[in-house]
Amino acid sequence: MKIINVLNTKAPKSNLQKNGTHNLGIRNSKWLSFPYILWMAGFIIIPLIVIVYYGMTTNDKRITIDNIASILNPINLRALRLALELSLISTIICLVLAYPLAIILRKSKMKNNSFIVMIIILPMWMNFLLRTIAWQNILERTGVINVFLKLLNLPSLNIINTPGAIVLGMVYNFLPFMVLPIYNVLIKIDKDVINAARDLGANGMQTFMKIILPLSLPGVISGITMVFVPSLTTFVISNILGGSKIVLIGNVIEQQFRVGNWHTGSGLSLVLMIFILISMAILSKYDKEGEGSGLW
Amino acid sequence: MKKLLAISALLIVMVLLAGCSDNGGEKVYVYNWGEYLDYETLELFKERTGITVVYEEFVQNEDMYPKVESEAVIYDVVCPSDYMIQKMIENDLLYAPNFDNIPNIKYIDETYLKSSEEFDPGNKYSVPYCWGTLGILYNKTMVDEPIDSWGVLFDEKYSGEILMIDSVRDAFAIALKYLGYDLNSTNEAELEEAKALLKKQYPLVQAYVVDEVRDKMIGGEAAIGVIYSGEAIYTSRENPDLEYVVPKEGSNVWIDGWVIPKNSKNKENAEAFINFMCDPEIALMNFNYITYSTPNSGAWNLIEDEAVKNSPVAFPPQDILDRCTAYRYLGEEVEANYIQKWYEAKGE
Repeated sequence: MKIINVLNTKAPKSNLQKNGTHNLGIRNSKWLSFPYILWMAGFIIIPLIVIVYYGMTTNDKRITIDNIASILNPINLRALRLALELSLISTIICLVLAYPLAIILRKSKMKNNSFIVMIIILPMWMNFLLRTIAWQNILERTGVINVFLKLLNLPSLNIINTPGAIVLGMVYNFLPFMVLPIYNVLIKIDKDVINAARDLGANGMQTFMKIILPLSLPGVISGITMVFVPSLTTFVISNILGGSKIVLIGNVIEQQFRVGNWHTGSGLSLVLMIFILISMAILSKYDKEGEGSGLW
Repeated sequence: MKKLLAISALLIVMVLLAGCSDNGGEKVYVYNWGEYLDYETLELFKERTGITVVYEEFVQNEDMYPKVESEAVIYDVVCPSDYMIQKMIENDLLYAPNFDNIPNIKYIDETYLKSSEEFDPGNKYSVPYCWGTLGILYNKTMVDEPIDSWGVLFDEKYSGEILMIDSVRDAFAIALKYLGYDLNSTNEAELEEAKALLKKQYPLVQAYVVDEVRDKMIGGEAAIGVIYSGEAIYTSRENPDLEYVVPKEGSNVWIDGWVIPKNSKNKENAEAFINFMCDPEIALMNFNYITYSTPNSGAWNLIEDEAVKNSPVAFPPQDILDRCTAYRYLGEEVEANYIQKWYEAKGE
């Protein structure tokens, strides 16, 4: 549901609602959501309840907050802090890379914009895991980059199994999720609005700050959410590119489940969920402001 | 709650399988390690007995245990390791098979049945399938001294050249053995000492790995890695510079065995499957495919390649085995203590 909301931040309000002539259509179309509601109940709501149940109980079915409190364990706290740091860094990098790209895409007169967009999406056609393993092969000591550097008699690059490699993996994997929402918002901005701003004497910088940026905010917000949340919870990227040496909170949770300690694992997941909810609450506040001041 | 979960999971599985599971006939549900037998043998089993094998795989013991325990899925034959078999026996999850239906157990070498008694007293519940040791795999071109001790894993000289195993019991077994203690230790002071050693090792380690060690060592990513003997035959075949050694301080010897969960619905089929797996020719097929040492003396006799037959890696001499100990299940509390200490060691 989160994602649906995020994706729809900029969806135009349905015409049907404005003119009441299609009431019948609405009433009927409600049934169309039935499959999704079934899906949501079975695969989102029930699992969530199960996680809350496990997170709040012990093996012998007593209610406890120990599982949640285990986040205060210095190791877990460290893993959480590191995860927050790395996902924040990769979100910022993604934003810095994606925003200018989206602006360029909007401005370019090329007819093949969709082609460029496709190139951005293209890597996503390949499995996420395979791409990450490919990065491992590229960055390894005997990997592609180092073989090449050695050929040129240059010093080798030792980035594998460091936080840097994990950030690289996150940026690479999640960049499209930043580019696409921003691009989608930007191309929907009416040229006339920008022309009006220029007409009324705003220079390029002013137009950007007062018109384009506020109008694109919803896309930026969705982009940030869609990069930040998976980065924060990932354990695969840190496992593969961090050599299991760098332990993020996602790895801690995965380990707990692996060794059969579902209760602590669920408790920590709940803590992580709280962090995600907080970040989304902050973002959605900005989102509303953006929409309120930017839309007519 | 667990029941409810199991039921809902079962319902989903039933709905999913409803379309395709209607071809009748005898079945046996097998749950085994990943790539842990020659898949052709499953076809042969069907040919010989008419029983269809429904085959599933797990990555580690700990993945398998909750599934069997919660009865989320009902299996007829499972292949856990020694300490896990003990845990399952203690928690009353296993069925004692009728060995009249498993006559081929006569091909299993006495030595291994005796070793199995460590975790399965009286050999009542399990039939050994594969076994091996834990040791060091090193690249001859990247080290300039004879490797025969766990000490190299803690030597600063090899900083960045070490691939440590990412598995709690194995990691602690190495540290405990190096310090001269029992690898089934429950002594808090000894475990603390082992933890301190592993913590000191952290900056020297290039990466913590399990299955990846194979490809990384073959590719020359590191000089020293910790590996199970079964993988060593394969890696040395792929890269002749690699050599396997069981360190002089001693190590772990493990046995994976076939067991039948108590809730199995096809116990006779399960016995037939286990009997089939003990058939020397089938055991040989599996050995050739997975290269993990077989306890099946019938199969060993059939090995044609003398080099393999007498390989000290696949079939180590008795004096090496004398230095090795099997893991015992140490109880839930101690297990949790091990895990906590492992986190602390790796969490810097």
